Amino acid sequence: MKEGWEAVIGMEIHAQLKTETKIFCGCAANFGDEPNANTCPVCLGLPGALPVLNEKVVELGAKAALSLGLNINETSIFSRKNYFYPDLPKGYQISQFDKPFSSNGTLEVLTAERDESGHAKDWKPIKIHIERMHLEEDAGKNVHEGLPDVDKYSYIDLNRAGTPLGEIVTGPDFRTSWQAYDYVNHVRRVLQWVGASDADMEKGNLRCEANVSVRKVGEEKFRNKVELKNLNSVRFMQKAIEYEIERQIEAHESGEGVNQETRLWDEKNNKTKVMRSKEDAHDYRYFPEPDLQPLKVSTEFIEKIKSEIPELPDAMLARFQRDYDLTFADASQLVGDISLAAFYEATAAASKNARASANWILSELQREWNAAGNSAADSPVSAENLAELIRFLDEEKINGKQAKEVLIEMFASGKSAADVVKEQGLEQISDSGAIEKIVEDVMAANEGQVAAYRGGNEKLLGFFVGQVMKASKGQANPKMVNEVLLEKLK
Amino acid sequence: MTIRSNIEKTLDNAEKLNGSLNSFLKIDRDYALRRAEELDNSGAKPGALHGFAVAVKDNICTSFSQTSCGSKILGDYRPQYDATAVSRLIDDGAVIIGKTNMDEFAMGSSNENSAFGNVKNPWDLDRVPGGSSGGSAVAVASGVVRASLGSETGGSVRQPASFCGIAGLKPTYGRISRYGLVAFASSLDQIGIFGQTSRDIASLLGVIAGRDKNDSTTADVAVSDYVSELDNDISGIKIGVPRALFGEGLDDEVRNSVENAIENYRKLGAEIVDVELPNSKYSIAVYYILATAEASSNLARFDGVRYGFRAEDAHELREMYMKTREEGFGAEVKRRIMLGTYVLSSGYYDAYYSKAQKVRTLLKNDFLSAFEKCDAIITPTSPSTAFKIGEKSDDPLSMYLSDIYTASANLAGIPGISIPCGLSSEGLPIGVQLLGPAWSESKLLCLANRFESEFPLSKKPEYFV
Ligand SMILES: [Zn+2]
Repeated sequence: MKEGWEAVIGMEIHAQLKTETKIFCGCAANFGDEPNANTCPVCLGLPGALPVLNEKVVELGAKAALSLGLNINETSIFSRKNYFYPDLPKGYQISQFDKPFSSNGTLEVLTAERDESGHAKDWKPIKIHIERMHLEEDAGKNVHEGLPDVDKYSYIDLNRAGTPLGEIVTGPDFRTSWQAYDYVNHVRRVLQWVGASDADMEKGNLRCEANVSVRKVGEEKFRNKVELKNLNSVRFMQKAIEYEIERQIEAHESGEGVNQETRLWDEKNNKTKVMRSKEDAHDYRYFPEPDLQPLKVSTEFIEKIKSEIPELPDAMLARFQRDYDLTFADASQLVGDISLAAFYEATAAASKNARASANWILSELQREWNAAGNSAADSPVSAENLAELIRFLDEEKINGKQAKEVLIEMFASGKSAADVVKEQGLEQISDSGAIEKIVEDVMAANEGQVAAYRGGNEKLLGFFVGQVMKASKGQANPKMVNEVLLEKLK
Repeated sequence: MTIRSNIEKTLDNAEKLNGSLNSFLKIDRDYALRRAEELDNSGAKPGALHGFAVAVKDNICTSFSQTSCGSKILGDYRPQYDATAVSRLIDDGAVIIGKTNMDEFAMGSSNENSAFGNVKNPWDLDRVPGGSSGGSAVAVASGVVRASLGSETGGSVRQPASFCGIAGLKPTYGRISRYGLVAFASSLDQIGIFGQTSRDIASLLGVIAGRDKNDSTTADVAVSDYVSELDNDISGIKIGVPRALFGEGLDDEVRNSVENAIENYRKLGAEIVDVELPNSKYSIAVYYILATAEASSNLARFDGVRYGFRAEDAHELREMYMKTREEGFGAEVKRRIMLGTYVLSSGYYDAYYSKAQKVRTLLKNDFLSAFEKCDAIITPTSPSTAFKIGEKSDDPLSMYLSDIYTASANLAGIPGISIPCGLSSEGLPIGVQLLGPAWSESKLLCLANRFESEFPLSKKPEYFV
């Protein structure tokens, strides 16, 4: 950013709450199906149909709100947001306006600027004010492709109409595009973590908009802001914000000024372009939705939901570093996903070796998962079996090279470490009697070398070790072989 | 007698009178006869309404017939589903014989706003039947059916009941499911019932009232046995009279007739007390702000995209919307959409919508305090008897004032019933209204029933089967 200027960014995220049915009717909340298959009089907006709130939306909304540090309001009101569009069957969207479901939250987000190659420089926490998360219904979709006579007709698919959304709005608290980027990733991960949303931007179940303005460092007032839309990935969003910051600084410096308007990210040309100006802004004529009662939430309900929320990723990250003595990098990889974190904790507990567990998961097992398209959630090698393998290694039943081979076999067959080790005859001979016997046989067969050793040629120890290992087909515990040889050759 | 032969006679009567009265938009002969035969053949008797013929206002969804709302924009639109009230009637054995004419989207007090022609008053064909449920009122007043469904947003059942000399009930908000009632103003709308007598109303109300999971605004309040409670003793019941409402603007003949009705209630054993409703003078203003605000949003779905009328020769989306709504809606509907859009607009919301909501609360409180002193309140239903067709159609304000006694019950969410209490010198019926606290339908029906039995009208309308 140009010296002397600062960016002011606020974020709005729409996250689809992961319910089986829509927010105000019993239709399935899937939108990959045949167009208009999941519709009924309510979500089609047929005359006379009425909305009935889906309780599950309140539950998931509460999980999302609480895990983002928001306060849930005892009473919230649904309101109608009125505008005409073909994908909006009632001519209004049922949303919330002056009495949202939750409000006034503080969220700590880890963020870092990136160098030219995109590497994070210095992770540190910033505090973000989240103004609100309200509940609302999604609109349908206009379809302009893949259907007959698309040059003449517009088609409408209302499968998505009425799917539940939480709209999360922050204060103008971000100063760089990377802060906004880290915030959106934080929200995505938390929503996935608590099971409130799939939060997948590519599938459209998480969408974000950014409000961007710039001002001179030290200025208190905000200048005209631009609302950025069509941000189809977190990366595009970051690029769009970055572009917009530079564009606005230039426009202010040239004296041209910045219009309050909505702009779209044009991913082909890597720039933003005007969608509509402030003059075209809608007057949504919000008023309380008379078809729904005010939404009341009890303290007991909030307590129940709180008790169901698992430890959140940032708390877990700190704990992993502290209790398991992991590096920031390893710990943050392990908390990248709730099932991975759980897998790790189970492995560490069973193996009693937290660092080895992290290493095995993040290197060997991760590579197998990647190759097979698996993850911790559906791993062919269970945490218990991996822990057993790590124990074998720690007990020196097998060596490191063997352990890697055993893991590959475990991954392919789903068998336990003990079974694979046994089947492949890899188990080390650690029985001192057995090792003594082999050592004695080797010494008997090589009397000359024994004499030479005893005569002072101690370099021959390696020769004896090699012979013993050969005789044991590599299974003898090398440490014990050493000890026994030294003893017997005295 | 079979149900079929009864229904056939009913249908014949409906068809015979419809040429003069225009009360039905659609007479569903085939459907009704088929349904009657099913009932005859089934042997089982599903409920008390077995074989009972009912007419239904054309803003209540029926999957077997049209639902036009009296508007060109819906025309012969056929819903995918039955309104809860309709399916409860059918399940109880009632036979719906047709859909009745109405002011477009229930906006009007004279039935002159129907896109499909006026309904005529069976007492005098030059006069309006009242509105907006004029067709349903006339279907009962002309003797075609004993009972019909209408809807009320601000007096649309009670006022036509009064103009047509029959009983009309507007229940407590939340008493009857609105699922399938095409919305005009959702916080005020309620399905109402017309009956030749309050007994007919009681028998329908018991069937259709009660909680419906498809309407979050229905209440989980027990449904009384309205029919058996009709004959309860009314002596000692306190009836409140808001004297301040009996002044300016009230027709003398109506005043005298209602005073007479009050006296008659006293003779029947009721105790008459004075009550005050200080904020009811604001009811029309509040009503027209809130009702139009909600209507402007409720009617947005009629946009030509998914169903109903779509204007031809539009070249782009905005033009399609504008032409469709310009050509599809009538003048009164457009007037109210514009009013409602205005009062919700940014910068005007606080001055109109918010303030009206505050006055609405004051009005509710007026009734709450009045009902501490009495069990029911009595007023005229309408300031006048049925006016002439065309008399007020160019003067919306004077038309709006005909709702002066009725609109406050919708704003307060309380029940009200209108029953005939006499005839004017011109031989037109005069209505008296009884209002009660929420969930007091049983008491209101009982009061109405007693009056009807003691003081029936001396004659029938000119057009009667
Ligand atoms: Zn649906």
